[in-house]
This record gives sequence, structure tokens and C-alpha cells, in this order.
Amino acid sequence: MLDTLEAIYQESLAALRDAASSAELEAWRQATLGRKGSVQLQTRRLGELPTEERPAFGRRVNEIKQALQQAYEEQAARLRAQDLEAQMASEAIDVTLPGRKPWRGRLHPATQTLRQIYRIWGDMGFQIYRSRDVETDEYNFELLNIPQHHPARDMWDTFHTTEPGVLLRTHTSPGQIRAMHEYYPEPIRLIVPGMCYRYEQQTARSEFQFNQVEGLAVGKNITLADLKGTLAEFARRMYGADRAIRFRANYFPFTEPSAEMDVYFGLETEYDRRLTKGTGWLEILGCGMVHPTVLRNGGYDPEIYSGFAFGMGPERIAMAKYGIEDIRYFWSNDLRFLEQF
Amino acid sequence: MRVPISWLKEYVDIDLPVEELAEKLTIAGLEVEKVEYIGIPGGDDDGRRLVWDPEKLVLGQILQVKQHPNADRLVLATVDYGGHENEVVVTGAPNLFPYVGAGDLRDKRLYSPFALEGAVLYDGQQDGQEKMTLKGRKLRGIYNRCMLCSEKELGLSEEHEGILILQGDYTPGVPVQDLLGDAVLDIAIIPNIARAASIVGVAREVAALTGKSVRYPDYDVVMEGPPVSGRVTIHTENPNLNPRFVALVIEGIEQKPSPFWMQQRLRLAGQRPINVVVDISNYVMLEMGQPNHTFDYDFLRRRADEYAPDGPVRIITRLPKKGRLPHKGETLTTLDGARRELPEFTILVTDPAGALSLGGIMGGEDSEISAGTTSVLLEAAAWNFINIRRSMDALKISSEAGFRFSRGVHPAQALLGAKRAAELMRRLAGGTVWQGIVDYYPNPPQQQPIALSAAEVARIGGITPTKEEIAEMLRALEFDVVDAGEDLLVTAPDHRLDVEGTHDLVEEVCRVYGYDRIPQTEMSDTLPPQRNNPDLETEEWIRDVLVELGLQEIITYRLTTSQHEARLLPAQQAPPDDRPYVTIANPISVERVVMRHSLLASALEVLAENSRFKERIALFEIGQIYLGSEDGVLPDELRRLSIVLSGPRRPEHWADDDPPAYDFYDLSGLVASLLEALHVEDWQLEADRHPTFRPGRCARLVVGGQQLGHLGEVHPLVVERLDARTEAPILATELDLDALQAQIPELRRIEPPPQYPAVHEDLALILDANLPAATVTETIRQAGGFLLQDVQLFDVYMDSPIPPGKKSLAYHLSFQAPDKTLTDKQVRRQRDRILQQLEKQLGAQLRE
Repeated sequence: MLDTLEAIYQESLAALRDAASSAELEAWRQATLGRKGSVQLQTRRLGELPTEERPAFGRRVNEIKQALQQAYEEQAARLRAQDLEAQMASEAIDVTLPGRKPWRGRLHPATQTLRQIYRIWGDMGFQIYRSRDVETDEYNFELLNIPQHHPARDMWDTFHTTEPGVLLRTHTSPGQIRAMHEYYPEPIRLIVPGMCYRYEQQTARSEFQFNQVEGLAVGKNITLADLKGTLAEFARRMYGADRAIRFRANYFPFTEPSAEMDVYFGLETEYDRRLTKGTGWLEILGCGMVHPTVLRNGGYDPEIYSGFAFGMGPERIAMAKYGIEDIRYFWSNDLRFLEQF
Repeated sequence: MRVPISWLKEYVDIDLPVEELAEKLTIAGLEVEKVEYIGIPGGDDDGRRLVWDPEKLVLGQILQVKQHPNADRLVLATVDYGGHENEVVVTGAPNLFPYVGAGDLRDKRLYSPFALEGAVLYDGQQDGQEKMTLKGRKLRGIYNRCMLCSEKELGLSEEHEGILILQGDYTPGVPVQDLLGDAVLDIAIIPNIARAASIVGVAREVAALTGKSVRYPDYDVVMEGPPVSGRVTIHTENPNLNPRFVALVIEGIEQKPSPFWMQQRLRLAGQRPINVVVDISNYVMLEMGQPNHTFDYDFLRRRADEYAPDGPVRIITRLPKKGRLPHKGETLTTLDGARRELPEFTILVTDPAGALSLGGIMGGEDSEISAGTTSVLLEAAAWNFINIRRSMDALKISSEAGFRFSRGVHPAQALLGAKRAAELMRRLAGGTVWQGIVDYYPNPPQQQPIALSAAEVARIGGITPTKEEIAEMLRALEFDVVDAGEDLLVTAPDHRLDVEGTHDLVEEVCRVYGYDRIPQTEMSDTLPPQRNNPDLETEEWIRDVLVELGLQEIITYRLTTSQHEARLLPAQQAPPDDRPYVTIANPISVERVVMRHSLLASALEVLAENSRFKERIALFEIGQIYLGSEDGVLPDELRRLSIVLSGPRRPEHWADDDPPAYDFYDLSGLVASLLEALHVEDWQLEADRHPTFRPGRCARLVVGGQQLGHLGEVHPLVVERLDARTEAPILATELDLDALQAQIPELRRIEPPPQYPAVHEDLALILDANLPAATVTETIRQAGGFLLQDVQLFDVYMDSPIPPGKKSLAYHLSFQAPDKTLTDKQVRRQRDRILQQLEKQLGAQLRE
């Protein structure tokens, strides 16, 4: 009888291996492990055995039941995996078809550049101060040491309004005076971003409306060497740590000594040569030690206080960075331009 | 300012290579924008420029000139070019004809650039500058392999009438490159370096920067004519506008071309040679920076014979005479032929018979020297630079003299300039200088010494040279420096008008020290109080939210026209506000005349422009508008936010149906999302009318009881005027950003996630069709009490079986208690209360 049991076991295992679908598998289960299944039938024959053989036979039947149950589950899992595989294979898609891209918003490149400038100066303790667009001659020129008819006025072609003495600011420098009036006698470190206006024909290189970021530091013992160190730090973060910079003496009525800072772009590419007019150097900002008259006009005693100021053009910075050769793209708002940022 | 190195070297030794010198000057504030090389290699050479071969282009001495045996128009010149044998050259140069048959010319010391076979030159026969290589060939039977060169062939000028003849002590065989090769620095003259707008001025800077000294030109004059005293008098009526006037008279001048060296220098400096008198005047101006002017003296004398037959020529500088009628004052025809109305503040050089010239700016036509002029009155004067600039502005005139005077020329220079020009006229134009100088200089300025300490240089400059080193640097720039213990007492030299205080001296010290040598340090001063900028921070926050919502930021021109902005309003509408525009007095174009009152007009224009190549356009702008102020001269600058939308709501996709176009609810939903992001809670949209928007599709946004602006579908008549290439509706809004910012709560509490489950109920109602949904929602909220957590409208239906004039609104309601799980009974009670209120207040019925 034990032999019969073993034979049934072997036959069942073989039949299980042949079960190729869940239906066949279920039929196998009924036929083998079901209540009227072949293994179950063997247990009923327990009584046919002599008493002393019964425990061994019973143990063996249980062993076989368990083994078959386990084999069944393994086979079931295998079949499920197979079915799923087949189903997924039939539902495959062309993954190279274009996906659904949501609309994406973007900041204007001028805003992106301004934010970069804010971040760098913010890290150095320079906070943002803003000042008005429509200004008086007094704040835009006179308090900045540029009297009426002074030849220095040639440096700024000005939009005047029909209101005498009122103009569109030609630079963000009036913010220097307004900030000094507001914060005296505190030390000052701030930047003044804002839109400026100059009576200039629109060309690839010049616009009548443009952003400027003015900077001002006022305190005790602020020197030209501090100006150099601070602006060099800015340039390293804006243009990369290994860019050479140089300071050239220059003239602005509201600073003295005055300078311009150039960043080295080199002459390797045709674009660099055009950008730097064949010199390798690109002028990126004007700066200088605040003129004593301007400090005095701001309420600070130039015998005690000193400071530096600088001004830069975010659009020009973006142009150099992205290889934009026409400044007029900025306010024309052609989406084919804006969507590249 | 063009500075030929060869000219510069006359006044200062230069042992630096040109590029290094250019860099040094640039760092010191004399920015060399370009270096141009003449005949010598250098710079960014593109190969088109002619470089004179030192082997094949040398100086030749002309020893003899004979007639060509077979041609009347050719001669044979024997030339010593430093070779083993002399060379005979066939040439047609007319300026050699006078020497034919004159025998040995050695004593005449005639030299000319001599090109050997294979030399590359410009072709004298062709227009412009075409290179050619010299080849030997027969000319009327005589083989010729060399050439004497014209200025054009060397690229020095367009002159090709004859060969270039240099007279003087030269050595045959010297490369032409060594003799005439040059480099020209093109220096940008910034206003405070106007003192360097001359060759001597640049030489001073070079000397100070390289530790050399300046060799000044010779200012001595040989005076052999009659005394000028009693023949010419000068009077200046306004010494503050014309502090000095120096005059000399030179007679017996021969009008002829100036010598080659002078012409060459003028040309390299960018001036066209005219004749010896004009050239000397220009030369002295370029050399020393002192402009001067020559009057035809005989013309002045003839006029004097009218007003005072026995008296002197009386030169008077004065303001124009006023006319009896306005705008009928004095006029003057300047030498450019323009008849000019004279502003009341423009100083004139006159005699009793009338105006002669615009002082310091431009001469008059009548007194100008002409071909027949033999005697000149030479003027060198000083003028108030601000008044000169003002006059040039008013007269819309520019000149080299005016450029220099408008930036300040020290009165001390006038005398030197007059003497230098007079002596050159004597030497080069054969004139005789009258004895004596008329010099009207009533109030010579007193230069006050300025005290400067090493401590001040350190305080501002951040460098620590010793007092002695500072003194040395300033002396290099010709400052007078006296050591007075702690301080140096420093007096500016008399070619400078720009030194007013210690800051000017610190700048000079830093420049001579070298900006490149100044260290880079960190500020040691205390960090100022740190402040936020809530306005900017809010703007940036809103920008980020709108970008997250898929909008593109734009920045438009703030200058526009009232007509452009009126396009937002269908015809016959009054402007949106009656406050005045900030109007530009000198607009740059008819499109840019006023500062904007609205962002929307520009945003819609941008939309229309882009509609030509983009289907979907979703834009926003944050910026100011400018409203004329009622109470002050400066306008109110107010912040606005504009949004415009048009086109498909989502990108087209191959797997999906065509996307629907943006409609009103996209815009209102976007605004709702923005308000939610800003945590603004108390807001409503109310149906309203606005001329820009389509009636029935326009709402006003009210936040905290305050109107922030309108939003809606743009009125078809407005769209028509925009010329937009889109059939889709255009949605737009302009909101008051200042008011919006005021509604953003400063602090808000974050609620913990609820601990007990929410119970969801749906409610479908039948209501009057014209009842605003917002009213229904609000009624539900009011009635629902604090257990009603959320109300979401999910369906709007108006067709059968809903009776005409009615609509169905269906809501998801969520009930939730913070402290327990709600029972069905509790929820039902809330729901019933809501229904009751809806029935009572709005006549709503439950839809079964």
C-alpha cells in the first residue's frame, strides 16, 4: 500500500508539472488534494493496514500532502507570473511617442539675472533698497555732484518731462541719496535695482530703458582696497572663480577715485572678440569711492565716513552670459526668445 | 583722441612696448580703445594692412635727375639707397621735374622712400588701397626694377601727384619702417582727464606713470615786427566767462602747404592738412590742448579804418546785444556757413563794427583767413567751460576747440599756446611776429594749496605709501608739494582745473601708485542693521507662484502713448482715470511719449505680437504705473500685476482630444490659486461691467472689502483693434498689487491633519438660473457651521428635466469634527439645516 502511495505521489508531481493554465491547475488540485482526490482517498485506506503500520503510513501521507501543497503553490505562482507576463506583453506601448508636457512658466531673463545679483550681494550683507523711476533733477544730478550745464551731464542723455525739474532717472544713483537720508547715521550696505531711462536711439547695443543695480557702502574706514576686494568677490561668483578682473581709473562725478571693472573673456572665439571689441576685456561695472560732496549731501560727514558705490547693468550681464547680441530682445517679449531661458 | 607714438616721443622717452604702454595708460584712466599700426607689424593683424618690408623699402637719397631720352613725361633719377651701387629709377613724378639738369643734388639733401623689386605697396593707380608687388619692367626702353614712392603707395594718404620727398639729414638705406613706421593710440578722453586731450597732456601722464620727465616744446618767440602795442587792444566785458585773451600779430605769411612732418602728424591724429596757417593752428591745439584762432588781420584793420581811422584794432569780448524785438537779437554767420541766432549767454569776440566769432567755439565767416591772407591776428584765450558747453548745446554746434574749452583749459595755457603758434608761423610760414603780446588777464586765479596726509591716503585709498612717496608721486604729475610736518601742502600745476580737494589728490596718488597694485581687502566696518524689503519679497513670491501656475513673465516698456492705452477702451469711452500722464518733453519716438497708466495695454500688445507664431499665450507682468500726483511734482508710482491668457488650455497631444481654449474660468481659477497661495481668504468675485471686457464675462475682484481690479474676457471691439491672430477668447486682468499685498496675512496657523474621518455628502439643488453660484456656496457655508469643512461645486446643469429658468447645482460637502467621529444622525442634522436655509433664503429645491 505504501508503494501505491509513493506511486500516486510521483504521478501527481508529474501531472502538476504538466498543468499549463490556472484551470488545469485547479483540476489537478481537485483530483489530487481535493476531498475526493487521489491522496485523500489513500488516507481513507488507513484502516486496511495492520495497527502497527498505521502511524508510519499516516505520517507519510501527511508528508506527501504537504509536499504536494507546496509544489502546487509554487506552480500556481509560476503560472500567475506567466499569465501576467503575457498580458503585459500584449499591452506594451511605444515609449518613444511624445509624452504630455505640462505648460511651464518662466521668469524673464532680466528677473533671473537680478535674482542672481540679489543673492550674491545679499550673502555679502547688501540689502535691497528701491527708489522711484520719475525723479527730480536735484536727486538725479545736483545732489550727486553734477550741477546744471556741467560737462559731466554729457554722460547721461536725459528724458525730461513737461514738468520743469522732473525727469526719468538716468541711473539708480539717486537711490544713494535717498538711502543716506533715510538711514543716517547708520552704516549702509545696500543695492538699488531699478529701471533707468536714457535718451538713446535703440540699437543692438543700446536701449532707452534698462535695468541698473546700484550699490552703496558707507561707514568708517571703508577704502578703495575694500571696494576692489568686495567687487572682485562679486565677479568671482558671477563669472567664475578663475576669471581675471582688472580695475581701470575712470570718471564719475559722484565718486572719486573712480574706476571701471573689466572681466577677462579672452579672444578665443569670434563672439568673444566681438563682445570685447578685440581687447579680451569686457567692462561690467563702474565704481568708486563716494565723493565727499555726495556724502555731505546725504548727511554723512566725509571727514568721518567714507564709502564706495558701484553700478552695473543686469541686461548686459545676461547678454555676456548667454551670447545675446541684441539688447532689444529684452523688452520685445518675443516668446521664441523668452522661452529659451 | 588719436596719439601717434612718434609724436608723443618728442616730449617723453618711451621704452615700453606699445601694448604695455597702452595697458598702463588704460589702467590709469586714459583708456586706449585701439592701437593702430602704420607700416609696422603689430596688433590684431588681419593681413590687409600694409607692413613695410624693412629689406625692400628703404630711404633713398636722390643724387641726380635727368630727362628720359624717349619720353617727355618721364625722368631718370639716380638714387643712393645704401646698396653697393646707385640705382637709376624711371619715374613720372612731377615734383622731380624741377631738378632735371640741376646737376648733383647731394647738397639739396633730398630723400624719398625707395622700393626694391618684390616690395609690396599699395597700387597708386587704383582707387582705395589695393596691394601690389613691385616687378621690374621696361619703361620706354629703359629697364626699371625699383621705384620712388608716393604717400598713397605707402598708405600714408591719398596723395599720388608726386613722390614723397623728405628734405633733411637722413641716412640712405634706413628702412622706411624705422623712419615713418608708427603706432597711434586711440584714447577715450573722459571728462576729468580733459587736461590730457593733447599730445603734451598724454606725455605728462606717460612721464608720471613711467618715471620719466616731460620735454616741453619751445615757447620762445622771435619778434622782429613793429610793436603791437597801440595797434591792437583787447577788452573782455565778462572776465568770469572769458578770463583771459592773448593776441599776437604775424605779418608777411606765405600761404603754402605745411611741411611733410606736420602734415603726417596731423593726419595720424585725424586732422586733414589744409595749409600752413590752418595746420599750425590745429597742430598747436593737438600738441598742447590750447585751441587758438586766426583772424585775417587786414580785414580787422579795414574795419578799424571805418570805426576809428587812426586808432587801434579794438577787440572786445561781450555778450550779444539784445534786439528791440524778441528773437531779433544779434546774429553771426560762422565759418561753416550757418547764420546763427545767438543765445543771450554766448560770449562773442567782436570789434566795434560787430561780431567776429563765437568765443572758444567757432570763427566767423567774414574774418576767416582766405587764400589772400598775409597777416593774421592770433587769438589764444580762456573761456568758462560751463558756459561754452551751454552755448554749444543751445547752438547745436560742435568743434575741436569747443570740445576742449567745454571741458576746461587752464588760462595759463593761453599765453604758451599763442607763443608756440606764433613762432611756428614765423618758422614755417615765413611770417614776422610783431613785438609784444596783448594779454588781457584781469584776475589770474590763485591756486590754494591743499593739505594732504598719508593717513588720508590710507583712509580712502587703502594703501600706505609714506609721506615722501606720496610727495614724489604728486611731483611726477607736476604738483608743487611742500612738506609741512604732518601734512603735505599740495598745489596743482597750472594746466589743471580739476583739483578741488583732498579726494582729487588721493585719486592722483592711487593712479600713479597703480590701480592694479591696490590690494583687495574685506570691509572691516560693522555690518549695518539688516532689513527685509517686504515689497520686493512679495513681488518675487507672486512671480514664483505665477510661474508655478505656468505663466511666462514679460517686462514691457514703461513709456507709451495715451492712444495706445485708449485702445483698451472701445471708442467714445472716457479714459479709465482722469489723472494726468507724466509726459516726456523730448520723446525719442512718437511711440514713447508718456509713462504708462496701465500694464494691460502693453501685455495685450505682446499677446497680439506673439499670436502670429504661438497658439497658447499665458503671460504676466509685475511693474509700476505712473499717475500724475495731485499734490506734488512727482507722480505716484503704483505697483500692478497683469495677466493675459489665450489659446489651448493644455498642449495638444496625439493621444488626447483637442484641448479646449482658455475661458473665463481658467483666469478666475488662476487668480483663485494665486490668492490661495498667498493665504488670502476673504475675497469674492462679483459680476461687473468694465469697458475693456465683454459684458456678462467680467468680474471685479474684491479682497477684504477692497476692489483690486477687474478680470474677464476681453471685449470683441478691443480685440479687433489689437490685430491679434487668434480666434480663441483673450482673458485678461490687471490688479492693484499694493492693495493685494496689504491683504496678505502676516502670520497664519498651520492646522494639524485631522484625527477623525470626514463624512462626505452630495447635495443637488434646483435654483433660479440667474442666481450667482457664489451666493449659494456662501449660504451653504453659513448654514453648515464649523462642522462643514469643505464645499465643492461639482456639477452645473440647465437642460431637461430641469424646468426652464432654473438650473441645477451639485455640491460635495465634507463634514468633520476635530474631536470625534461624526454619527450619521449628526451629519443628517447639519445637512437638513443647510437645505432648510437654502430653501428659505434662495428658494432652492432638492433635486431628487
